[in-house]
Amino acid sequence: MHEAAVHPHAPPQGFLRTHVFSVDHKVIGKQYLDLALVAVCTGMVLSWLMRLHLAWPTAAIPGLDKLSPNGAAGGVITPEYYLSLMTMHGTIMVFFVLTTAPFAGFGNYFLPLQVGAEDMAFPRINMTSFWVTLVAFLVLISSFFVADGPALSGWTAYAPLSAVGKDAGPGQGLGQTLWAISIAIFCVAQLLGALNFIATTLDLRTKGMSLARMPFSTWAWFITAVIGLIAFAVLMPACILLILDRVAGTSFFIPSGLVISDRLQPHSGGSPLLWQHLFWFFGHPEVYIAILPGFGIISHILPVFARKPLLGPRAMIGCLIAIAFLSYTVWGHHMFLSGMNPFSATLFSVPTLIITIPATIVTLLWIGTIYGAKLRFTTPALFCLGFVSVFVSGGISGFFLAQPSIDTYLHGTYFVVGHFHFVMGVAAMFGIFAGTYFWFPKMFGRMMNETLGKWHFWLTFIGVYCVFMPMHYLGLAGNVRRYSAFTDDYLKPLIPLHRFITIAALFTGAAQLIFLFNLIRSRFRGPKAPDNPWEATTLEWATTSPPPFDNFGGKPPVVQRGPNEYGVAGAGGADYLMQAAPEPAPAR
Amino acid sequence: MTTVASPPRSPPPHLPPSAHRPTATGGPEPKPAETGVWVAIATISMSFAALTSAMVVRASGAPDWQHFRLPPILYVNTLVLIASSLTLASARRRITPASALDGLPRLYVTLGLGLLFVTGQVLAWRQLATQGLFLATSPSSAFFYVFTALHGLHVLGGLAGLLYVLRRLRRVVPVPMTALGAATLYWHFMDVLWLYLLVILIIRV
Ligand code: HEM
Ligand SMILES: [Cu+2]
Repeated sequence: MHEAAVHPHAPPQGFLRTHVFSVDHKVIGKQYLDLALVAVCTGMVLSWLMRLHLAWPTAAIPGLDKLSPNGAAGGVITPEYYLSLMTMHGTIMVFFVLTTAPFAGFGNYFLPLQVGAEDMAFPRINMTSFWVTLVAFLVLISSFFVADGPALSGWTAYAPLSAVGKDAGPGQGLGQTLWAISIAIFCVAQLLGALNFIATTLDLRTKGMSLARMPFSTWAWFITAVIGLIAFAVLMPACILLILDRVAGTSFFIPSGLVISDRLQPHSGGSPLLWQHLFWFFGHPEVYIAILPGFGIISHILPVFARKPLLGPRAMIGCLIAIAFLSYTVWGHHMFLSGMNPFSATLFSVPTLIITIPATIVTLLWIGTIYGAKLRFTTPALFCLGFVSVFVSGGISGFFLAQPSIDTYLHGTYFVVGHFHFVMGVAAMFGIFAGTYFWFPKMFGRMMNETLGKWHFWLTFIGVYCVFMPMHYLGLAGNVRRYSAFTDDYLKPLIPLHRFITIAALFTGAAQLIFLFNLIRSRFRGPKAPDNPWEATTLEWATTSPPPFDNFGGKPPVVQRGPNEYGVAGAGGADYLMQAAPEPAPAR
Repeated sequence: MTTVASPPRSPPPHLPPSAHRPTATGGPEPKPAETGVWVAIATISMSFAALTSAMVVRASGAPDWQHFRLPPILYVNTLVLIASSLTLASARRRITPASALDGLPRLYVTLGLGLLFVTGQVLAWRQLATQGLFLATSPSSAFFYVFTALHGLHVLGGLAGLLYVLRRLRRVVPVPMTALGAATLYWHFMDVLWLYLLVILIIRV
């Protein structure tokens, strides 16, 4: 058992203890964010390579043959190597960006601050979970440098492709094994992280911080931790079974009589569907692990800039809980075409349509919050609005996919790619951007540049619509996904659209350089940030920017009210009341 | 300590000075270590539930499922594990915040029994291996090895936890009762989990 951080601890000394092997949740949170930044840059470069190849299938990409002499001889990507790039792109983005940044990164930094704690409940376990995540990332990346390159079975690693060895193609040897090991390790890290989030929320809240007074972001991280606790607990044993099929000769997922590359596979009786069930039982909740922290961040930030309380605070929390619960009942909507019983397709379709109800209510609550408000159009506010926009755009396509009969046509097409990139990829990224612009002053004690921020927002916003909106059209036109090139007769007319998407993707990617520049420059040259630059109510703004080692300088705040006190008569003519501020004298 | 249930919007009752810092849980002083173990119990249960359903799916409709007799030593191991839980419970009753001395011998016995259990499980594997049943022999043997190995790993984790607590019990006054409670809780859970596994192995394998 590790000692809980219920007693004040002295700040550590030395560079290693303060910056590298630190048990401080703030340092760990920043480490997660740094890791996610490295991961997102890697994932984005991979996506450019894929997009270039899709638009100009015969063009050589200079230097790529250095990375993979076989996969890109002369710089031209082979179909197999295309699949490797796709697998790595998806895996890196889903696990090491969309799970790592909004949940582990911001959650680590701000959950203890927002509940008024000095640290997480188990600081050493917290540090362990970061380093384990890093190991998982390095194991995954190492597969780029093994002989046959990375796995090519996608981020969903469907069996039997993922379970048989080398016969199934380059990358299905060591590359796929490394993939499974990496994800199993990642699960361990996430379980340790979720444990900390839950214990901290339940046990370390400061005086007066009842559950009902917790900020929405804290609620979202807490609920996400509960989802993660169940989801990763299923993915981990699934990965172990997959590894055993690959290295120990068992047959959990490989059926009898399978012949690949003219070789009868030495396995029998396994069930490929079993992998799909285990994977999607994790996989659907995982999409909510990626997006719920974003829900929390938006609900936290929107009222600050609307200068109005969030509409329906209790309904919001109720919806988050309902979504968490329902997310465990819908996994089969990814398997309508898997060969499972068609009757169960209907069974999975109904909860899928039901889950759109709380999702819709949440969106309406945000829109209701800004309705009639005098919005302060800062960069974080813009990214919140962008979040709502892309979430709605992507969510609407979900209604179509939820019907088995329509999904039969759309399942294997770019329509699904458009759907999940909007609703999960871009929406979660906008949540991360909103959080970064909003919390940067607290984390580094300096403000980010607003002009650059607004340029970043508008270019990104227009860019992602140009990239992902046409994909719905491609899907409706029958453009299959997971193909490396579209030279067939019926897809030929669509190639100009693919070129457009590729150009838009490169353009959007380039726009991120503005963000990177802003991030680095503001870190050193930004104007000094006051303690509460946005006039927000929650506890992270009641301490210095950046906070001291023990967060509140040994004086834990005592909470008087909920986080939603905007548009009220505060002290000194302010229009808000901080959670820990004493009751103001009646005005006039 | 008073345990007045506080209405959600009013601040909780004042905590005694013994609490290190004010907290919001109006009830007894929170014990993060115990909460942590409960959370761990939830997630470990979920993992084994997933494996159980994997086994049910794999066994149904597979012609290659082979039933085999469980190695009898498993039943001895079961008794050993139950005994270790009993000695641990009785050790804990003898330990007070003032002194842990009275409980230490029983804690050592618990550790010994725990190690004995793990050794017994390894012997069970060797018995199966001499019968020609290995991990990849049949899906039933595969699940047997997976279940027992994962459970064994968690038991080893529990032993490490007990060892850690034991070291602190000998050194620290007042005795860290919460850590002891958390380790005990986890250990009893290992017991319950094993009984569950034994039952499904008897039914299925
Ligand atoms: C409005 C509610 C939603 C509905 C009704 C819905 C429905 C669906 C359905 C039926 C599919 C399967 C399509 C197919 O493979 O043929 C799907 C795919 C997907 N959805 Fe959603 N969805 C919704 C919201 C979300 C959200 C909020 C996220 C993420 C935060 C998300 C992420 C994904 C992902 C990642 C996939 C594709 C996975 C893959 O095949 O690689 N969806 N959605
Ligand atoms: Cu889903």
